[in-house]
Amino acid sequence: MADQHAIQNTVHPSSYARNPLQRFLIATELDTRLLGMVGALAIIWIGFHILSGGLFLTPRNLWNLSVQTASVAVMVTGMVLVIVTRNIDLSVGSILGVVAMVMGVMQTDILPNQLGLGLGHPMIWVLSLAAGLLTGVAIGALQGSIIAYLRVPAFIVTLGGYLVWRGAAWWVTMGRTVAPMDPTFQLMGGGPTGSVGEFWSWVVGVIACAAIVVMLYFGRRQRLRFKFPLRPVWAEASLAIIGCSLAIAAVWVANSYPWPIRIAENYAAANGIAVPEGGLFVSHGIAIPVLIALAVGVVMTFISTRTRFGRYVFAMGGNPEAAELAGINTRWVTVKIFMLMGALCAIAAAISSARLNAATNAMGTLDELYVIAAAVIGGTSLAGGVGTIAGALLGALVMQSLQSGMVLMGLDSPLQSIVVGVVLVLAVWLDTLYRNNKH
Amino acid sequence: MLDTRTPLVEMQDISISFGGIRAVDHASIDLFPGEVVGLLGHNGAGKSTLIKILSGAYRRDAGAIRINGEDATINNPRDAKAYGIETIYQQLAVADNVDAAANLFLGREITTAIGTLDDAAMESKAREVMGRLNPNFKRFKEPVKALSGGQRQSVAIARAILFNARILIMDEPTAALGPQETTQVGDLIKQLKADGIGIFLISHDIHDVFDLADRVVVMKNGQVVGTARTSDVTKDEVLGMIILGKVPAGATPGPGALQG
Repeated sequence: MADQHAIQNTVHPSSYARNPLQRFLIATELDTRLLGMVGALAIIWIGFHILSGGLFLTPRNLWNLSVQTASVAVMVTGMVLVIVTRNIDLSVGSILGVVAMVMGVMQTDILPNQLGLGLGHPMIWVLSLAAGLLTGVAIGALQGSIIAYLRVPAFIVTLGGYLVWRGAAWWVTMGRTVAPMDPTFQLMGGGPTGSVGEFWSWVVGVIACAAIVVMLYFGRRQRLRFKFPLRPVWAEASLAIIGCSLAIAAVWVANSYPWPIRIAENYAAANGIAVPEGGLFVSHGIAIPVLIALAVGVVMTFISTRTRFGRYVFAMGGNPEAAELAGINTRWVTVKIFMLMGALCAIAAAISSARLNAATNAMGTLDELYVIAAAVIGGTSLAGGVGTIAGALLGALVMQSLQSGMVLMGLDSPLQSIVVGVVLVLAVWLDTLYRNNKH
Repeated sequence: MLDTRTPLVEMQDISISFGGIRAVDHASIDLFPGEVVGLLGHNGAGKSTLIKILSGAYRRDAGAIRINGEDATINNPRDAKAYGIETIYQQLAVADNVDAAANLFLGREITTAIGTLDDAAMESKAREVMGRLNPNFKRFKEPVKALSGGQRQSVAIARAILFNARILIMDEPTAALGPQETTQVGDLIKQLKADGIGIFLISHDIHDVFDLADRVVVMKNGQVVGTARTSDVTKDEVLGMIILGKVPAGATPGPGALQG
């Protein structure tokens, strides 16, 4: 790696690699660790496909997998920043629980009855979500302030929060389950109506492809501006093709999963569409919670790599003292990280409760552990300073794939826990090997 | 040799205690533009603590700081930077996991019109500054932890220069470096001095600073033993000040001088 950057200007280091694979990797500047994770995910998927007798790699299962991953995926993007700054948040599951309860009560009681909006008012979902976000941010601000200004370790503060917010969730309704949710709010949970359909899924796919191409173009222009070495054109083209193919493949899979026959028939009857021979084929398309998770992923990647806040988060993780001495207000940054985490918990709470069509006491139980595990599998180092949003999202997908695959195989749930636990330890061990090898 | 100009920095009667221990006890030092002052003393003599008060890492219990003759309020590192005070720390205070450019601009990043980080602009500027300082430095894309001690030190120094420091504090600037890199840092200090920058060199090793400094200030047990021009005293005499607190004829005694 050392001499790779020793070559001055305009000549890209890839022109010095002999092995074609190596040359491809250097030229495209892809993160090999991330590629390794994609490889592991591919092995898991194919393995489960064979072991479950061809049930795993079906549009139906992959679509469900994407929806099941959404809630943890949203939270893990925040957990990366928390862990990068050498903190931990054990309270995310409980925050999810209490926020879900608050949003549930808002939309079933406070807004329609006490404020007189009436059930089904179009503003209900917005106001409920806003109340949830506010609650989440407030909880995060409180916990973050105790950690940053009162210097209580994050482990203890959030362990306390784990108990406090779970208890608070119970107090909101004295333990009653809140249901059903507002119909518009429910869309955030996915399902046939909570998906954007064939046309809009393609629109999303096209936007994604356009974004990839535009980003590559601007990256290249920026390098030209400062006369930095450019990637070879063939490498840029391969990146564009790979990126766009992935986006199109994902949309195609989501569009291949039709509505259940009965729902499609009802829909046809209600809209006066004649049902053709063999049933009406209505695509789900991409589920709304998945779109939310993707949007969160994009925004969080932007925040962590392109803003000052993100730069400070990583600098603090690498050397807290240096960051402080560089004039960074590290305490305020810490508070902001936990506020962000709280907001993400609120979004995850909206997805979970909308999907279940209810807010329950136990909602989000054990989520903190899945979120932390996903972040760590995704390459976030507990020693601080290292982690990526994309890696963590992949980590969440790996975790959910394991669970959903084992369900398809019909494994008992105790055995599932054992497998997940072993995989977590194994993944971190492999990562340690990889990092030691690299330096 | 009375200097009638206004000192760049004047720290007067500074005291600070940690848990009942007087780390710095009524210490006064000053620094003039284009001057290099060596701050000497054993480990635990209070020199690093005194200087951390100037750089904003600690808050003094008592005493006054004047910059260019005006009272200065320094409560944190950001305040110090606003006065043009830059510090290069003993522990090579760089953020290990980000690259050289990110370290150079840490806390003062260049942003684009829409407020995002302009990494390309920062890297370009970093290449320019590092090119002047250490032309052999080429590893701009790697996290700083992959660099050698000297390379990390040049990143830290470049960081100070980049922001037009007027007062530079270097805590054990050459402790982690090899002979060749030490010479480099020495040349650099002369260059900065010629630009009118005032420099505090802090060290427990007299050999590190004696040849570079115009004046030395010796501390012992939190107090200033004495001040001397390096032209008026010998290394051995300064060593006597460090070890015994004995002030030679060529030096001005301070409150910590050996009595009798």
